[in-house]
Amino acid sequence: MTGPLLSVRALRVEFATRKGPLTALDGVSFDIGRGEVLGVVGESGAGKSLTGLAIIGLLDPPGRIAGGEIRLEGERIDNLPPARMRDIRGGRIGVIFQDPLTSLNPLMRIGDQLAETIQAHKAIGRRQAREQALAWLREVGIPSPEKRIDGYPHEFSGGMRQRVVIALALCAEPKLVIADEPTTALDVSVQAQIIALIKNLTRRHRAAVMLITHDMGVIAETADRVAVMYAGRIAEIGEVRELIRDPLHPYTQGLMAAIPTLDIRADRLAQIPGAMPRLSAIPRGCAFAPRCPQVFERCAERPPLIAVGDRGAACWLHESAPAAADARN
Amino acid sequence: MSEIAAPRTSASEPDRTLIQRLRDNDLFASFLASKVTVAAGIVTLVLFLAALFAPWVAPTDPFNPATNYLSDSLDPPSFVAGGDPRFLLGTDDQGRDMLSAILYGLRVSLAIGFLSVALGAAIGVSLGLIAGYSGGWIDSAIMRIADVQLTFPAILTALLLDGVAHALLKPTSRDESAFAVLVLAIGLSFWVQYARTVRASTMVEKSRDYVLAARLIGLSHARILFTHILPNVMGPVMVIATINLALAIITEATLSFLGVGLPPTEPSLGTLIRIGQNYLFSGEWWIVAFPSLTLAALVLAVNLLGDWLRDALNPRLR
Repeated sequence: MTGPLLSVRALRVEFATRKGPLTALDGVSFDIGRGEVLGVVGESGAGKSLTGLAIIGLLDPPGRIAGGEIRLEGERIDNLPPARMRDIRGGRIGVIFQDPLTSLNPLMRIGDQLAETIQAHKAIGRRQAREQALAWLREVGIPSPEKRIDGYPHEFSGGMRQRVVIALALCAEPKLVIADEPTTALDVSVQAQIIALIKNLTRRHRAAVMLITHDMGVIAETADRVAVMYAGRIAEIGEVRELIRDPLHPYTQGLMAAIPTLDIRADRLAQIPGAMPRLSAIPRGCAFAPRCPQVFERCAERPPLIAVGDRGAACWLHESAPAAADARN
Repeated sequence: MSEIAAPRTSASEPDRTLIQRLRDNDLFASFLASKVTVAAGIVTLVLFLAALFAPWVAPTDPFNPATNYLSDSLDPPSFVAGGDPRFLLGTDDQGRDMLSAILYGLRVSLAIGFLSVALGAAIGVSLGLIAGYSGGWIDSAIMRIADVQLTFPAILTALLLDGVAHALLKPTSRDESAFAVLVLAIGLSFWVQYARTVRASTMVEKSRDYVLAARLIGLSHARILFTHILPNVMGPVMVIATINLALAIITEATLSFLGVGLPPTEPSLGTLIRIGQNYLFSGEWWIVAFPSLTLAALVLAVNLLGDWLRDALNPRLR
């Protein structure tokens, strides 16, 4: 099969409120190739997690997909009836949630939770499912898994629990794993291990990853490409090293400038003045314009994602750049 | 109550014996920590066992006319002057041994208590789960019905249901169906509490990531509700059920006392008290006193156990 694994086009997510629909995601388009790691960064409320939820079809009312399309291996998955949606998505997309405290059922043995997930997607018996669960616990690095398989989540530490959650996300052997801030709830000392584990395991099982985080360091280490989100839109998308070395969008430039470095002495960290607009008050043109240091007349109009080489930036500054249209962005 | 305790014991060490596991168990330790709770536990256990094994424990069968003689009627307890040593707690107007009648009555009271709590909990928990999980108009419909029912006192609801059932049934079948009617009436008057509690807990649990994960792997709603959410909302249900057991026994006694409960041929504690109070002013105090004391002891003990369970299962009070 050719073409990207996941293709999101002009995705629009709205929340019905008493004052009318609130647009939380607007014109979000990106692709994820097979086995590729796409990092998604942005401030809180930029729509990172919402994009993930929309893809796996777990948007709850009042939220709904109001436009655009999502294709997994070429097949549209955003408008399927619920029963069919469950069949398609469950096994092909795995999710690693942010908080390992709540993503495991506290009253179910971890072995049973793993076996339940495995059995939901493979026609195998209880004993086989248990053997596979054991193998997965070993693979994610749980010490003496034979003993731990009958443990309850509260008997595990946060890092160990997140390992179980990773096993849970991968055990149905999905093609795509959505990791929603997988390290935010963990100790700094464990974060690197968990990130390395996700990276190695997904590579070994040839799964693509959509890594949602606000940690640029994690992205730089792990991702192949990055999408920078701002106010429910993609500000910039591109190959990770190029994007970090030479950010195109003024928002990305601001983000990069805000990262402290060891070799430049500074008393005060750089910051982007102002705050992200509320969803009910997104400016008509470019959402970043009110905070942008390089704002000009053109910004009153909403910029499309303009292709710059292999990359894309939603900024009029790059309008004149050679339009090497790339199907991926 | 061991089913709540089970998840807290460490299952990863299967080589430990049950006694060792019990000793390390928080719930069990908190039970032993209070003398009142232990006393309540012992009283409850003794009464439960006495009721369960009434046919073997009771000195006579109070319902067998062949062994009851009217010449023995209204004998005072054996420890009082004029008492007959055969009847420890005296006899009633039919010549029935009070001790035996109380044991059999306890059996009936407890059976009605347990069955009506089971019925109320089953209805309430199911409706609460459905209301909390589905939300929207289903939630509103169920909870408004619950609100309406809550405006009637439980005893009134039970009386009403009991009255309707009696009106519908033929007079000949009334006595046989009295037991089932009581269970139904009491059970239906107590479901609201379960529904409200379970609905609230379900709304909390359904937004947890493990429920999202279960939805994602394609489990059916029923499966998610009953295997994932239900065990996580059962803690408060156990507390309510324990306290409701005492309430249900009291309600049954009240209904029987009022004469709409069980017939004198199949007496519960409440029926015995009703029969006994006719003789209170003619000096035969034992007919009303001993069933009343038994009822009070049972209800107090079960309530104390309920209080302990409520505190022991409340993480904020640990």
